[in-house]
Amino acid sequence: MSHLPILSIVTFLPVVGILIILLTRGQRETVANVARWVALITTLADLAVAIAIWVKFDGSTAAFQFVERAQWLGGGISYHMGVDGISVLFVVLTSLLMPFCILASWKSIENRVPEYMIAFLALQSLMIGVFCALDLVLFYTFFEGGLIPMFLIIGVWGGKRRVYASFKFFLYTLLGSVLMLLAILWMYLYSGTTDIAVLLATAHFPVGMQAFLWLAFFASFAVKMPMWPVHTWLPDAHVEAPTAGSVILAGILLKMGGYGFLRFSLPMFASASATFTPFIFVLSVVAIIYTSYVALAQEDMKKLIAYSSVAHMGFVTMGIFTLTHVGVEGGIYQMLSHGIVSGALFLCVGVIYDRMHTREIAAYGGLVERMPIYAACFMVFTLANVGLPGTGGFVGEFLTMLGAFIVNTWVAIFAATGVILSAAYMLYLYWRVIFGKLVKPGLMAIQDLSAREIAILGPLVVATLIMGVYPNFVFKVTSVSVQHLIDQNKIALAFDHAPKLASIAKVAP
Amino acid sequence: MNISANLAVLAPELILAIGAMVLLLFGAIRGEKGIGLVSMLAIIVLAGAAWFVVSPLSHDPRAFGGAFVVDDFARFAKLLILLGSAASLLMAQDFLKSLGLDKFEFPVLILLSTVGMMLMVSASNFIALYMGLELQSLALYVLAAFHRDSLRSTEAGLKYFVLGALSSGMMLYGISFIYGFTGSTDFAVISHVVTASGVDIGLLFGIVFLISGLAFKISAVPFHMWTPDVYEGAPTPITAFFSMSPKVAAMILFLRAMLGPFPGAFHQWQQIVVVISVLSMALGAFAAIGQTNIKRLMAYSSISHMGYALLGLAAGTTQGVQGVLIYMLIYLVTNAGVFVCILQMRRNGEQVETIADLAGLARTQPKLAFAFLLFMVSVAGIPPFAGFFAKFYVFLAAIQAHLYIPAILGVVASVVGAFYYWRIIKVMYFDEPAAPFDGEAGATLNSILVVSGAFTMFFIVGGGPLIAIAANAAKALLP
Repeated sequence: MSHLPILSIVTFLPVVGILIILLTRGQRETVANVARWVALITTLADLAVAIAIWVKFDGSTAAFQFVERAQWLGGGISYHMGVDGISVLFVVLTSLLMPFCILASWKSIENRVPEYMIAFLALQSLMIGVFCALDLVLFYTFFEGGLIPMFLIIGVWGGKRRVYASFKFFLYTLLGSVLMLLAILWMYLYSGTTDIAVLLATAHFPVGMQAFLWLAFFASFAVKMPMWPVHTWLPDAHVEAPTAGSVILAGILLKMGGYGFLRFSLPMFASASATFTPFIFVLSVVAIIYTSYVALAQEDMKKLIAYSSVAHMGFVTMGIFTLTHVGVEGGIYQMLSHGIVSGALFLCVGVIYDRMHTREIAAYGGLVERMPIYAACFMVFTLANVGLPGTGGFVGEFLTMLGAFIVNTWVAIFAATGVILSAAYMLYLYWRVIFGKLVKPGLMAIQDLSAREIAILGPLVVATLIMGVYPNFVFKVTSVSVQHLIDQNKIALAFDHAPKLASIAKVAP
Repeated sequence: MNISANLAVLAPELILAIGAMVLLLFGAIRGEKGIGLVSMLAIIVLAGAAWFVVSPLSHDPRAFGGAFVVDDFARFAKLLILLGSAASLLMAQDFLKSLGLDKFEFPVLILLSTVGMMLMVSASNFIALYMGLELQSLALYVLAAFHRDSLRSTEAGLKYFVLGALSSGMMLYGISFIYGFTGSTDFAVISHVVTASGVDIGLLFGIVFLISGLAFKISAVPFHMWTPDVYEGAPTPITAFFSMSPKVAAMILFLRAMLGPFPGAFHQWQQIVVVISVLSMALGAFAAIGQTNIKRLMAYSSISHMGYALLGLAAGTTQGVQGVLIYMLIYLVTNAGVFVCILQMRRNGEQVETIADLAGLARTQPKLAFAFLLFMVSVAGIPPFAGFFAKFYVFLAAIQAHLYIPAILGVVASVVGAFYYWRIIKVMYFDEPAAPFDGEAGATLNSILVVSGAFTMFFIVGGGPLIAIAANAAKALLP
């Protein structure tokens, strides 16, 4: 592998941007502008690095690539970074969404711009770190550290109930993850290392211990995901966060939960995962159906999309826990496409919110007459969220349901009703906002997308469509790693079921 | 061993004691004029003591027949104590001047209590322990009431004195029990006796009284009642001092007084320490939610911090001792930073102390607000800042010692605690600005703030060697 520490570069490049913004002096307006441009350039540069990683990534092996390792705290805790087929695309997704977030905040954020850009760059650094970290303590540091900038983003630049929403977001996720911290400590004491790669390759925790570890990790990831019934922080956080904050929340922070299940729960606690799979299926199906109904009743656009995110994440957990090749790949695909689609939907809401300063669905109607380009973009994302074939949303939903069908028909049937419901709430939303007569006086003078907004939504439309027709560019990267994950899980299960046999086999050669 | 060899082991303490007396004379002769000089000289004396702690004159770790031990554990603690005392002296100068309290007795009292603390952490005999403790405590009682024209300050001093005397009495009573049932006050001898002949009920009584007295000194529940009042009443730099060196010294003393003479009674005192620890974590977290005064809040915060540190002691392992040492190091440095921030809460030359006064600080003084944010996030135990690693190592020790339930209660308490720390962030960053504070602080305060902030922020990068030093020090106590 190349000797350039490319993962550290992609992770800590935003910190360079932060330093530049901090060193800028001058008039408030100039500093704000400099901050905007520095943030944009930094995120674009980071995107370039991420794409370089993607291009150089070798999809034919499940091993960790671009590995970096350095002494850190000692005692088996080291600075260890690396990506495999499961994590590399999340790095790309994160750095892909960031420039759009900066652009979307160009005009809508007016006060404390440098601080805002610093918060976003810090958040980006921490989020990419989560996906690159190959040490449990390092992972936890990035995972938890992300709470600080997100708390500030919601609390400082959010809407009316921002304080409530930011505290709810913070306390929910913190409570989930402190239990994971204890589990991490326990794993460390049991195996003497926090190195994820070593743990994946060698560690076998006793079955009884696995159950507790699994539950502790579940507490963290289920809140982050979020799974029903611990999803209630999400609608509040989404509604109150500024547009870009919602994009990041839906696009990336939620994916950390799914990534965590794939990285830790399934391969490391195989038996416990097998035991709890029915539990996950029930929660997933409830999430898919129940939150879809809740979404149907929403009056606030952001809240509706937030609930739809919970439903879509239900597909992800369902697919991941089928532990079939298609199911897991579908889950990953669903996370990636949802990252783009839900992010884009929040950006769409942001576009009209910037003009009208309301997210009430009832305040709109007939926008197609004044905003045809906007209506077209919004339609693509709506249909993608519904899961229409030809859009990114379809592939993920189809594969997860296929996986579920192999494992448990009933789960697949219930999940399929969720697809119908998603069509109902999304089309109902679209109809109320875009179609109908343009009668509201405030909307008469509304402007269609500006060049900046087209530059934001255009690439996302293209990405959604490409993901719909050519999913292979993702599977090329993920396939081998997913197969490896499933094999690992099977080996671990066999080990747990026949512990004596396995230990003899280990000694024999 | 002749007397000069014994005294060589005691070099840092001697420097402090002689320094304190010389400065007392000097101050008395020069009167009010010599204050700045006395402060400066006191810091030099502290630095000199630190020098002899780092490079000791004598390589013999024991003096006075084993009553006084200078191992790596004691040296680690002594450096922390000297650091805390020096920081307090630096912090206090401008503040006391503004209150008209710039009397030369202040540095002298700090030095005297520092001598007491240094003796405490080296004590390996209950008589030596008690003498060090009393020397420290008497100086602290006077310091609490240092603002003698203020009702709150004198009340704080009196309250501290009465309750402190009570706790010293209880401890002495416990020591008499221990002496009665083991026939010695020497830690090594007691350890042999306890291991050989088991734990008598009378000895157990002694241990309980001893723990009560020690719990008072570190302000652990249920002996915490004095803390909020004393913290609130004492002048702020003195509160800062209370929250730093004496806490470290008492915690180290607690470690040595449990692990030195009573490893044989581990199962007995472990239960008590676990309960004290969990109660302190929980009470500190819940009681702080309702506070409006920032100094009271810091008092409850320190109560819960002591709870976390005690979790390391409850583990009773080398890992646990290491955890406590790392905890106290990070606690001390972060606390120095927090109190520098609090010292800067001044409006029209008056100290203001309510949390509401911080409203909108992010807009009026963004740098100070950011520093405050950094410390609050750190003390809440959120990575990537130093406070996270403090909690990390004590929880690691707790899990290793199979203290699962206390560890779970501990992390839940830390989430509750996070709420009130983050409420301060909320007030500073989300609320509309209140009237701004008086301008920039002096260079001394700012440099403490920068050092403390840099430590908090970059512990994650450079913490490795410090953790190794703490591990080494822990091995000295518990091989």
